[in-house]
Amino acid sequence: MSILTTPKRRREAASGGNSLHVGPRPAIMSRLAAMTIMIVATITFLTPIWWLFVASTKNRSDLTSTNGLWFAEWNFGTNVSALLDYRGGIFLQWLGNSAIYTVGGALIGTLLAAMCGYALAKYQFRGREVLFNVVLGGVLVPLTALALPLFLMFSMVNLTNTFWSVFLPSLVSPFGVYLSRIFAAASVPDEVLEAARLDGSNEVRTFFTVSVRLMFPALVTIFLFQFVAIWNNFFLPLIMLRDESIMPVTLGLYNWNSQVSQIPELRGYVLIGALLSVIPLILMFSLLQRFWKNGLGSGAIK
Amino acid sequence: MSSSIPMNRTRKRQGFLAVFILPFGLLFTLFYILPILYAMWQSTRVVERDGTFGAAREVFGGLTQYQNVFSNTEFWESIGRVLMFGAVQVPVMLGLALLLALLLDSPLVKGRRFFRLAYFAPYAVPGVIAAIMWGFLFSPNLSPFDWVMTNVDFMSPTLVLWAIAIVVTWVYTGYNMIIIYSSLLAIPQDIFEAARLDGAGQVRIAWSIKIPLVVPSLVLTTIFSIIGTLQLLTEPQVFKTFSTAVNSTYTPNLAVYAASSIPDYSLAAAMSVVLAVATFILSFSVLKFTQRKAD
Repeated sequence: MSILTTPKRRREAASGGNSLHVGPRPAIMSRLAAMTIMIVATITFLTPIWWLFVASTKNRSDLTSTNGLWFAEWNFGTNVSALLDYRGGIFLQWLGNSAIYTVGGALIGTLLAAMCGYALAKYQFRGREVLFNVVLGGVLVPLTALALPLFLMFSMVNLTNTFWSVFLPSLVSPFGVYLSRIFAAASVPDEVLEAARLDGSNEVRTFFTVSVRLMFPALVTIFLFQFVAIWNNFFLPLIMLRDESIMPVTLGLYNWNSQVSQIPELRGYVLIGALLSVIPLILMFSLLQRFWKNGLGSGAIK
Repeated sequence: MSSSIPMNRTRKRQGFLAVFILPFGLLFTLFYILPILYAMWQSTRVVERDGTFGAAREVFGGLTQYQNVFSNTEFWESIGRVLMFGAVQVPVMLGLALLLALLLDSPLVKGRRFFRLAYFAPYAVPGVIAAIMWGFLFSPNLSPFDWVMTNVDFMSPTLVLWAIAIVVTWVYTGYNMIIIYSSLLAIPQDIFEAARLDGAGQVRIAWSIKIPLVVPSLVLTTIFSIIGTLQLLTEPQVFKTFSTAVNSTYTPNLAVYAASSIPDYSLAAAMSVVLAVATFILSFSVLKFTQRKAD
C-alpha cells in the first residue's frame, strides 16, 4: 500500500538552470501574476514573525503607542536581559528543558524507530505483518488522545509532575517506524548486508556501522518530524506538569500569558520569550532544509 | 517486501531481532497500547456511593459513561463546531497549499529556495506561541492593523472560531505545501515534454497532469488535517485568555480536559474513546472514498 516517492534532485537542479523551458517561453503576464501571488503569500506568512521581532525591540509604552510594523526606540538588549533576570532566570531553564525534551526525545526516538523499521524492512520473521499493522494503527492515534490516559497511568505510580512523565512518552514515534521501514527498504541494498555478513560482522554491528550511514538523510527527516511533534505536543505537559522548573518553554509562556491581566509586565516577557524560542527552530529548519524538503513527501500513501 | 532476507535458519540467528524491535516495542506497548486499553477500561467505570455521604467506590458500569457522553449536548456542540471548522478551513488551507506548490514547481517563479523557506517558517512556530502571537495581533490596542481590529472584533462569539482558523491556516499551509511540492518533484520529467510540445500552457499542464498525479499526497494531507481539526486544543486553549467566547467545552478535547479537571476521569475517558473512534472513522472514510474514486 505504500510507495516511496523518490524526489528527483536532478530535476530541481535542471529547473534552476532554466533548461526546463522546452516550449514557448511563458508569457510575461502569467509570470507577473505568479510572482505577485508568491510575494503576497510571503508577506502574509512573514508579517506576524516580523511584528513579533519589532515588538520585542520596544519598551512597554512604545508597544501600544507606535506603529507595530516599524521600530521605535531600540530596547532589544534591555528587554532580553530583563526577561533573563525575571524570577531568577526561569525562562532560560524552560528553554533548556525544551531542548532536552525535544532534542533528547527526538534523538533517542529516531534511533528506536529506525531500528524497528529497519528490522521490519530487512528481515523475515513471524508476526512481522501484525507488528507493522499495529504500528501503522498507532500513526492514526492522535497524541492528544493519549494524554489523559497517560496522566491516569502515571498517577497510579505517583510519577506525574516529573520530567519522565513527559520525556518517556515522547520517545515513541510510530510514524518514524513507518517512515524508516520505507527508507530502509529503499536505501539499504541486501548485497551490502550480505557482504558485511561475509566479513564476519554481526547484524547489530552492521546496522550501526553500515545501514545507519545509508539511511542518514531519512533519519534526519524522522528526527525533524519527531522534534516538531514533541515541540507541538502541548496537552501532555499541560496535563502532567505543575512544577515550573521542569516545564517546557511553551507551557511556561502559556502560563505567563494567562496571567497578563493580573501582571501586565508579563506581556512584554511573553513577546520576547516567544521570539527567543522561535529563532533556534527557524535556524535549524533553514540549516536542515535539504533534508526536509525532500523527505516530508516520502510518507505519501498510494 | 520482496527484498528481505530469508531468516529461517537457526533460532540463534534471530536473536538479534530482539535488539532491534524490543526497545521500541516495549515503549510502544507502555505508552501507546496500554493507555488506549486503560482509557477503554476507565470508560466503563462509574462512581457509586453508599448513601449520600458514604465513601465513593468505583464499580463497573457497563456503557453508562457512553450514555452520558451521548446525552452531553455540550460535547456534541463542540463536535459540530470543529466539523464546521474543518469543512471550511481544511479545503481553504489545502487549496492554498496546492496553489503555492504548483506555482513553486512551475517555471514561472524564481527564487524557489527563498519562497520555500518563507512559507515553511510558520511551521517552526509552536502552536501555543503562534496562538499567543495572533491573540496579540487580533487585539485592538496592540495590533499593527488596529484600523481593522477596532472595526472587526475577531474575539466575538461569531468570529473567534474563524480567528482560530486563521492561526491554524497560517501555521500549517507551508507544511502541507512542502508535502505536495515534494510529490510534484517526484513526477518524471518526460511526461511534460509531450504536453509542452503539443503547446499546452502551464495552467493546462497543472490541471490535467500535475494535480491528478499528486492526489496521494492530497489524501495524506487531508487525513492529517482532519485528525488535527478534531483534536483541536492548543489554539482555543490559548484563546480562552483573549476571548470570553471560548468556553471550557469549546472543542471536544477541551471538553475532555474540562471533564478530567472536575475530576470525572471516567467521563473524560469515554469522551476520548468516542473522539478517537470518530477521528478514525472519518479519516478512514476519506481514504476509502478517494481510493474508490481513483479506481
